[in-house]
Amino acid sequence: MKRLLSGNEALAWGAYHAGARVATAYPGTPSTEILETIARFDDIYAEWSTNEKVAMEVALGACYAGVRTIVSMKHVGLNVAADPFMAASITGVNGGLVLICADDPGTHSSQSEQDNRHYARLAKVPVLEPSDSQEAYDMMAIAFDISEQFDTLVMVRTTTRISHSKSVVDLSRSRPAPTGEVGFPRNVSKYVMLPVNARFRHPLVEERMVKLAGFAETSPLNRVESGERNLGVITSGVAYQYAREVFPDASFLKLGITHPLPRELIRRFAGQVDRLVVIEELDPFLEEGIRAMGVEVTGKDFIPLVGELSTDVVGKGAVSAGILTEPPVPPGITAVADLPKRPPLLCPGCPHTGMFFVLASMGQRLKPPDSGDNPAKKSNLIITGDIGCYTLATYPPLNAMDTTACMGASIGQALGMEKAGIDTNIVAVIGDSTFLHSGITPLVDAVYNEGKITVVILDNGTTAMTGHQEHPGTGVSAQGNKATKVELENVVRGVGVSDVRVVDAFNMKELRAAARSALASPELAVIIVRGACAVGVPQRGEPRVVDAGKCNRCDVCLLIGCPAIQTVDDKVYIDTTLCVGDICTICQQVCPQKAITPVTGETE
Amino acid sequence: MNVLDLFVTGVGGQGNILASDIISETALAAGYDVKKTDTLGMAQRNGSVISHVRIAHRVYSPLIKQGEVDILLAFEKLEAARWCNYLRPGAVAIINNHILPPLAVNLGVEKYPGDKEVHGILSQRTDQVYFVEGTTSVTALGNARTLNIFMLGCFSHFAPFEVDAWKESLSQRLPSRLLQINLDAFELGRKEIHDVHV
Repeated sequence: MKRLLSGNEALAWGAYHAGARVATAYPGTPSTEILETIARFDDIYAEWSTNEKVAMEVALGACYAGVRTIVSMKHVGLNVAADPFMAASITGVNGGLVLICADDPGTHSSQSEQDNRHYARLAKVPVLEPSDSQEAYDMMAIAFDISEQFDTLVMVRTTTRISHSKSVVDLSRSRPAPTGEVGFPRNVSKYVMLPVNARFRHPLVEERMVKLAGFAETSPLNRVESGERNLGVITSGVAYQYAREVFPDASFLKLGITHPLPRELIRRFAGQVDRLVVIEELDPFLEEGIRAMGVEVTGKDFIPLVGELSTDVVGKGAVSAGILTEPPVPPGITAVADLPKRPPLLCPGCPHTGMFFVLASMGQRLKPPDSGDNPAKKSNLIITGDIGCYTLATYPPLNAMDTTACMGASIGQALGMEKAGIDTNIVAVIGDSTFLHSGITPLVDAVYNEGKITVVILDNGTTAMTGHQEHPGTGVSAQGNKATKVELENVVRGVGVSDVRVVDAFNMKELRAAARSALASPELAVIIVRGACAVGVPQRGEPRVVDAGKCNRCDVCLLIGCPAIQTVDDKVYIDTTLCVGDICTICQQVCPQKAITPVTGETE
Repeated sequence: MNVLDLFVTGVGGQGNILASDIISETALAAGYDVKKTDTLGMAQRNGSVISHVRIAHRVYSPLIKQGEVDILLAFEKLEAARWCNYLRPGAVAIINNHILPPLAVNLGVEKYPGDKEVHGILSQRTDQVYFVEGTTSVTALGNARTLNIFMLGCFSHFAPFEVDAWKESLSQRLPSRLLQINLDAFELGRKEIHDVHV
């Protein structure tokens, strides 16, 4: 059966047809659709875990119990899960354990573009890298076999372009019937990592890598595609596709297993070509490994370390290295650079907008883009931020975020600023899913160490930015069933915060009052701002319109940053196809002229 | 080597990803190799969105090279101009004659390019530039959200697939209650491009 599947869908089908029985993940672009796809299969347990560390630990437990298990996350998710990941390397597995790690070259939707193959070198586990959806599907079965044969976690490293590109897949296999009993064979020296056991396991890990290197020498995942001798290209992942187009006649060594390296295969290939280059995305992982073997090779001297590759980028590099002579692209049209940009914005009806408008007003931050700094209006509020849609509040006109580092960092950062002696008000802003992911422990720290910061939890009832996944606060499981709902206010009160307010995300009066009193409070205060994500709201209310007769172009409504509010022919205008209407009305509430009304013309 | 390299551009929320999915599925059903990839920012809505669709007997890179796009299907005028460096000389550009001003334009900080400017940028690459009244037509039809299928109808005029193949993919991808109005939008688009592309 041939189907058009994204890399992520193909990985999910691959795991399913390899007999995986447990799947765990925390959403993160570009990995999210792997678990979303698996959750639609009915004879496999799939969960959104609270965070990647928990996902890895649940996966580890499941594989110890003897079943094939898949855990997926984005590249920075592995930073969170690094501790159990390293532990998994040492203990090895019982049922097969495959980690899918989705890197984001080009930083399409991440805080960094780290190359996670380094983690595999650190943990001494093998890495497979698919080059398209078909390989993604096929590699999952091989990954599980390797995992069980060599007693190791296997990392499958995908990237945004592989995960999110659709290509043709022949779903040639089918799901096997469950084999073997589920059971945990007690084995203290393997599963209890007391120092005495860990010392005993380490040599086994080193032996495993030697055996895996031997396996990589003959695996069909590493293949030579013979061409002309003058140029030999070693490549992996999506870079293979770009290199194939740029060097159609060259000889290729395409590596599907990129750690450990097949050294003899590489030496033989190097001996057959006049010039050897490595084309790889992000770090010179293969290149340095090959150079360390004493083989003469180049790569990152003409292929960028930074950003996503493309046929254009590889072509330009090849010209600069003297491998190609023709300019790869026609000269650009300069006028394009002057076109207005279209930075992403919070959506019309976004439940985050109101609170950010309040904080931005209180902190004297509201201003149009590129209007320069006004020293008379110095902000008297620091807003530490976190990871989610709400990070977009950083942009004008709201300008309502001062830091974003990693999941859950806002609260600890705010506390640190306070303890450093900053005397202005400090607000930490974090979303519901991010709070549950890693905001609870820093909140405990703030309680214990008697912080006086204000923490705003923006609760839109979903994991919005990655495309609306469930989480412990939604009361619904990854597979769409009813689950136990973790109430945010109970968590916050439970860890010892006494000043807790829950406010309506679309009631400007309530938001202002809550922010004022929390900032004035001499103790740690938490405001939970509750309102459903507008993208998930099926019923749109009556849209708002601007009464041109009453509007005096004060433009306060434009400072909300709502994409529905536009100016046409010098008049403010609301695009009624974008406006969500009754559920929001923030523009109507902030308009000093009362010029914004429901479309039927009725005012309050 | 390639039969068709296509760019679908627009603003998040206009339905361009569904449109490029349907194009890709129609090409697969017609027996071609297909790769399709979307480049979008972190926002769910309102940012620039581009889909690369490559249809050939064997496709390697999912991303199209600059200067090699055969057909540009643009749902919004500014987004049409933004990606013109990807067009090959003589490419076909089908542009929905509709403006969605970015925030900086609304705030009066930047200026939305005039029709002459958009046309001027595109004409440096090709003289096959067709403006279609997609938003106006589908609004009159009664469902502004069928714009993407209207644009598919426009594209179908240049694509090597039969009308029945398009209808089959539409019926597979769209909920049955919305199928008829989308088929109507498809026909409207097909007719309109036929009228402007003589």
